[in-house]
Amino acid sequence: MALLQTSSSNILESKNLNIYYGNFRAVRDVNLSIERNKVTAIIGPSGCGKSTLLRAFNRMNELVPDTHIEGNVIFEGQDLYDKSIDPVEVRYRIGMVFQKPNPFPKSIYENVAWAARIHGYKGNMDALVEFSLRQAALWDEVKDKLKQSGLSLSGGQQQRLCIARTIAVRPEVILMDEPASALDPIATLKIEELMQELKKNYTIVIVTHNMQQAARASDYTAMMMLSKEGERSGTVIEYDETNTIFTRPKNKQTEDYVTGRFG
Amino acid sequence: MDPKNGSLNPMNTLLSPLSLNKRRRPKETVIKALLFFCGFFSIFITLAIVYELAKEALLFFQDPEVTLWGFLTGLTWQPKIGQFGVVPLVTATLVTTTIAMMVAIPLGMAVAIYLSEYASTRTRNTVKPIMEVLAGIPTVVYGFFALTFITPTLRSIFGPDVVQIYNTASAGLAMGILILPLIASMTEDALSAVPRSLREGGYSLGATKLEVALRIVVPAAISGISAAIILGISRAIGETMIVAIAAGAGPNLTLNPFESAETMTGYMVRISGGDLSYDSIDYNSIFAIGLLLFVLTFILNIISQRIVRHFREEYE
Amino acid sequence: MKQSPLESKFCENLPARYRTGGIWRSVFIISTLTGIFFLSILLLKIVNDSFGYIAVEYGIAPESLAVDGVPIWELPKEDLVLLLQKNVTPGRFKTLVKELPMEERNRDDILAIIVREVVEPKVAQTWTLAESIFNKQEIVATVQENYPDAELDFKAWLSWDFITSPQSSDPLYAGIRTAILGSLWLMGVAIIFALPIGTGAAIYLEEFAGKGWLNDLIRTNINNLAGVPSIIYGILGLAVFVRAMEPITSGAAFGYGLTSATLNGRTILSGGLTLGLLILPIIIINAQEALRAVPNSLREASYGVGATKWQTVWSHVLPNAIPGIMTGSILAFSRAFGETAPLVVIGASTYIVYDPTSVFSKFTALPIQIYQWTSRPQDEFRNLAAAAILVLLALLLTMNAVAIIIRNRYSRRY
Repeated sequence: MALLQTSSSNILESKNLNIYYGNFRAVRDVNLSIERNKVTAIIGPSGCGKSTLLRAFNRMNELVPDTHIEGNVIFEGQDLYDKSIDPVEVRYRIGMVFQKPNPFPKSIYENVAWAARIHGYKGNMDALVEFSLRQAALWDEVKDKLKQSGLSLSGGQQQRLCIARTIAVRPEVILMDEPASALDPIATLKIEELMQELKKNYTIVIVTHNMQQAARASDYTAMMMLSKEGERSGTVIEYDETNTIFTRPKNKQTEDYVTGRFG
Repeated sequence: MDPKNGSLNPMNTLLSPLSLNKRRRPKETVIKALLFFCGFFSIFITLAIVYELAKEALLFFQDPEVTLWGFLTGLTWQPKIGQFGVVPLVTATLVTTTIAMMVAIPLGMAVAIYLSEYASTRTRNTVKPIMEVLAGIPTVVYGFFALTFITPTLRSIFGPDVVQIYNTASAGLAMGILILPLIASMTEDALSAVPRSLREGGYSLGATKLEVALRIVVPAAISGISAAIILGISRAIGETMIVAIAAGAGPNLTLNPFESAETMTGYMVRISGGDLSYDSIDYNSIFAIGLLLFVLTFILNIISQRIVRHFREEYE
Repeated sequence: MKQSPLESKFCENLPARYRTGGIWRSVFIISTLTGIFFLSILLLKIVNDSFGYIAVEYGIAPESLAVDGVPIWELPKEDLVLLLQKNVTPGRFKTLVKELPMEERNRDDILAIIVREVVEPKVAQTWTLAESIFNKQEIVATVQENYPDAELDFKAWLSWDFITSPQSSDPLYAGIRTAILGSLWLMGVAIIFALPIGTGAAIYLEEFAGKGWLNDLIRTNINNLAGVPSIIYGILGLAVFVRAMEPITSGAAFGYGLTSATLNGRTILSGGLTLGLLILPIIIINAQEALRAVPNSLREASYGVGATKWQTVWSHVLPNAIPGIMTGSILAFSRAFGETAPLVVIGASTYIVYDPTSVFSKFTALPIQIYQWTSRPQDEFRNLAAAAILVLLALLLTMNAVAIIIRNRYSRRY
């Protein structure tokens, strides 16, 4: 077990994180501290490595062959990439919601219950399913059709179902990779409201290319940009309270981006 | 309210505090090993084929009457008088294969070009299933067809004195029809893979449909087409039942397709179908010829794969 | 504006180019039609041979068996039994009684036995369906000239009796039941053997294996195996299953058939395992495609909630790939159903009348039966072969149709 010094309000931290695809460095020298029970947004132009960075936090990047990292990702004081750590264990404590909703082709009930079951949950499954669906603000809409296929829901509902199944295994952190980009504006708003509710119990890190969304919904914002010299790797050029980023950014590039001068 | 305590959280009882350590999952390891074994089994089969063929073939070559040189170049195969030249069998195989290819390649390519460049979707949806049916008909049925239809037809065209009852021409023609769908479908795949932009470039220069098809698309797809042809040849060489039924029994060194002759595969079927004692030279000879057949088809298949792989990068 | 020297050249060529195009287009169309043409001829020929007139000569004329002027067709059962007893050897009569006592047989049954064993019809000549329809007068004349004592009957070689009767050396009574049952038994063994291993291999290659040299070797190897001629598999089966593993495949190791004089390895087990090896590469390649077609987002969703690889495969990937795997299996199945060469090499029995009773039974198969009948010169065997081919094609068509229906039904769902 690798324990490193962290401050207790930071649940997740990256230190000098570099992420490689083969020999290509996609993300460079990221030092980020995510605060507990807050919504942190990662913004930046497309292709600058936001999703790559997000996926490094729950070791989902390892599903692509030939990737490796340098540096550390620390979660509750433990180095996630230490040799003794099992990625499977990591992945449900740090859950993930994807850009395109991907519910299992099973019933709504099963979608929520499946993961809990494989993790050995022996308690009252019905109660767990209801609890998760309520937390995802979906219960009222589906409580009469739990046996229907998850694919029969609308896009926004499917995404909330995915959030529900992530919640069902009680993660500490929920990572969201552009969760609303495939949804219509009303569904998007619902997701943003949901995030404000969820942050009471969970820590949320969200990647978004929608600046207004970041400004509305997040407490902290990290601005990522592709470096200009040499290799095309992304790095965090500024990280601060959302308010600051959008009104008095310290970095000129940040200012250019959020004011729409480019990006 | 922190739902981690209290009755709101049904999962309270489950998860141990942050132990992210690697768990030993024996079930995963066992399953992965089982699956690996399934995959490795295929290598095992190839090794078994090579081993068995080589072992018995070795016994064949160890017989004092047989020499490797005599085997490969000898012009007669008559075990009774100690002659073990494989050339008559190979010639017959080549004759049937050539005839088959003379039918399958032009027709197959024509069908493919038509389906890929000219035909409407409805035509394509009618013709493709027919091609699949042709490909799915068992070879023994083609053999029946060769013997009971093609041979009498040939005899009535060329005269019963010219065409023997068993002849390699009928077998070759039937094989051609058998292989036609294979060549047609692989060629059509190759033609379809040529990007639309290439064709549009040709049309925009005022070329006719035929010119685009024959002078732009076909050359661009030449690697896929060559692979198809080589695969077709390999298939023809290994074909057994059609020649066993229609081509004749008994090795005969001749290039005349209207005479009967026995191919390598026909020989193997005839000898193994009869009474066999396990240690006779006849038994061992099956394996020697089988080894030759295996090597030939193996080389052809590898060449075909290489061509596809080598040229695939060209326009992707 | 002066015309450029090239322009006039362009216009001249065009009609010629269009003409060439038209000619070639016709060539292509004709070639395509040729394929359809062959298929039609093939089917017509087979149907043609399956029905037609036959001239039947009798060993003993049925009229001579009439009792008191009553022809045998109208005799009551007791008279028929007496007639039978009078005209067959005592030994044969005793065998018949032992198989099933006369009291328990019905009248038609006994009449049929009389016809078969006393009257002993033999086929003198057969004609095809086309000839029977269009040349009836000629046929009647020929029969009267060459076979004055013969009777002219219209025979449907493809009939229910044909499908349900066992093999027989007498072409009039031969059936394909033994062969069909043999084929089904062989397929059963082949599928039980090949499907699990093949699917397992496909799962390994698609879900678990990485790049490494060993895995690439396995992949290339499977592609090569798919192109090996079927007769090589036959030889492999002969050497390994029939010969080397004889104690197992003949059943001797399990105490089966130890008193039989013909105990050897040429059994359904050997044949089925050989066919299994033959279709294994096909099943693997098909299963791989089915697995590849499952979208990656499904796997990601499963990993995202902390599932292991096997949990993901078992609960999500595999259920979605099953229709594709089933389709591939049925296609492999139908391919193996028509294979002849490997079975001949393994040693399918040339003459066997008993239905298979276990995997250690000797066997024959439908394609083998067709092969044997085609190889005999007499007319009537050609008819039998044609009828058997019709059955074989019908079975294959059904199998392929089922596979296509499954594929269409389930591809809509996802």
